[in-house]
Amino acid sequence: MEKFTTLQSTAVPIPIEEIDTDQIIPARFLKATSREGFGENLFRDWRYLKGDEPNPDFILNNPTYQGEILVGGKNFGCGSSREHAAWAIYDAGFRVVVSSFFADIFKGNALNNGLLPVTVSPEFLDGMFKAIEQNPQATFTVSLEDQTIRNDTSGDQFIFDINPYKKMCLLNGYDDIDFLLSLKDKIETFEDQQVIY
Amino acid sequence: MGKTLFDKIWDAHVVHTLEGGTDVLYIDKHFIHEVTSPQAFDGLRNRGIPVFRIDHTVATADHNVPTLNQHLPINDPLSRHQVETLTRNCEEFGVPLYGLGHPYQGIVHVIGPELGITKPGMTIVCGDSHTSTHGAFGAIAFGIGTSQVEQVLSTQCIMQTKPKRMRISVEGTLKPGVLSKDIILYIISRLTASGGTGYFVEYAGSAIRSLTMEARMTICNMSIEMGARGGMIAPDETTFAYVKGREFAPQGEAYEKALAYWKTLFTDADAPFDKEYVFDAAAIEPMITYGTNPGMGIGITGHIPTLQEVDNQVTYQKSLQYMGLEPGQELLGKKIDHIFIGSCTNSRIEDLRLVAEFLKGKSKAGHVQAMIIPGSKQVELQARREGLDKVFEEAGFFLREPGCSACLGMNEDKIPAGEYCVSTSNRNFEGRQGPGARTMLASPLTAAACAIAGKIVDVREHLN
Ligand code: SF4
Repeated sequence: MEKFTTLQSTAVPIPIEEIDTDQIIPARFLKATSREGFGENLFRDWRYLKGDEPNPDFILNNPTYQGEILVGGKNFGCGSSREHAAWAIYDAGFRVVVSSFFADIFKGNALNNGLLPVTVSPEFLDGMFKAIEQNPQATFTVSLEDQTIRNDTSGDQFIFDINPYKKMCLLNGYDDIDFLLSLKDKIETFEDQQVIY
Repeated sequence: MGKTLFDKIWDAHVVHTLEGGTDVLYIDKHFIHEVTSPQAFDGLRNRGIPVFRIDHTVATADHNVPTLNQHLPINDPLSRHQVETLTRNCEEFGVPLYGLGHPYQGIVHVIGPELGITKPGMTIVCGDSHTSTHGAFGAIAFGIGTSQVEQVLSTQCIMQTKPKRMRISVEGTLKPGVLSKDIILYIISRLTASGGTGYFVEYAGSAIRSLTMEARMTICNMSIEMGARGGMIAPDETTFAYVKGREFAPQGEAYEKALAYWKTLFTDADAPFDKEYVFDAAAIEPMITYGTNPGMGIGITGHIPTLQEVDNQVTYQKSLQYMGLEPGQELLGKKIDHIFIGSCTNSRIEDLRLVAEFLKGKSKAGHVQAMIIPGSKQVELQARREGLDKVFEEAGFFLREPGCSACLGMNEDKIPAGEYCVSTSNRNFEGRQGPGARTMLASPLTAAACAIAGKIVDVREHLN
């Protein structure tokens, strides 16, 4: 997994609530057996019209909006557990997703892939959408060490929560398996004592 | 202070706790399927490690398989490749596989319970969010991502923070024509699609207790649709009777020992919950969804919310526009094009029996296309043995072969753009059943009644 420390970037806003993982990456694109290449089909059905023609009204097709931060409405990533959703967002060049509320499984999947989910207050989220609306070049600064996201336009800052273990993993680029494998003896001792029916 | 059912099982599976509260949780059973496992097996291969506990792992092919002519090679090359990759991985790593052609093949959440693999007190995971289905047995069961599939394959453990506890009680007696699917659609419509996020739910109350195991599975199945990590029901005589004698259930003395343990699995009277809800079973109507998340549901005689009745008008209007519906509209009488009876929510033998019983002597409206997809090979065979397939045929339907099918539209079973489908599955997201498909979630009885009428009807007016 790639390390994450700080990032200053412009952002791409999708001010829609309940963006589910079927929108992020529709099921018919889950047939691949590797992790790469899902970015191409990120938000496939919103991004393309019938016959693979880019939808000019969808923000990812608008070159004015660029950046490594994706900003979405409440309950981002609900629905299916497909990790392909996190892979697709990462593969499309995003390193941070901001929302006022994330679905549990999506949040876990993102963290396991070096994609930082940042949960902010509804007011802060609103401020971000407004800043981008007024100036698509507006930047935001995320520091994982300090657990802060700053709206560089207004100067507002939000301190976000993150599980301390996950923070350590992301700062160092560790993944869970390395840690779990180091617990092998403990797991075997547990098994010896456990009765499964 | 007493403990909840959830805490009893969770605490018994904690191998290690990290500073900051993350637990290393031991997993008793790990189900895998073709879509979310290939990258995890690659991870094992890259590290040069084996599957840690083969006997805790079971695989099947379900998401991506055709539901016609399963004896022939899969047409779509990508689907075929994915299913073959699963077979190769299972062979290489020694994982038992109930693949296409195996008498146990089927949707992963249907076969676990029917084979007696799913048992009370277990921790169960699968790379699929509807793993919560298995909670109906008094198990902690939830969906995981592919990175976690790799963790479980390599260590039989995952890292999890303990969710909060919610209890949802449904008391009283259901009205005729109202099924467990209606209960859960009702609950989600009340709590919204995010109302359970961060929680693990225990369903309780007299209405829940009175349900069969299959009906309980339908409820637990959709826990994720309100964002909950999972849902469970304390095991009781109904549970024990269901498990007893199944292929992989403990036998003889082992069963008695297991039973003694299972009987300790209940929430103590003074156990604390972080949130509680109580609903009245008699107030629940047959339900149907009108929008693009499962929380957007109404009683069948109700009307779609008006703009004044919703919080976020932008999201709401986008959703109704997709569905081709107007704020404030009633759904009764609306013409439909398809019905889909299937998915891990409603494809078990009881569902098919109920539908067949209702369909006897009726025939489907000419313009309606119908798909009936059994949840497993065993369900399919049982249905044929009981002659349900004949009843379906006489009514103009056709029983296909098992798989996820139009629940997620990964194979060729899709609903065409712009057409309406009354579906017994669990998700009505945009494009879930195919690009542009308009899904309305309902119970199997409601779906059957709508197929006969060719439009949305109140099944209570059509009961035999
Ligand atoms: S039937 Fe649908 S919800 Fe169930 S496991 Fe298959 S795709 Fe998932």
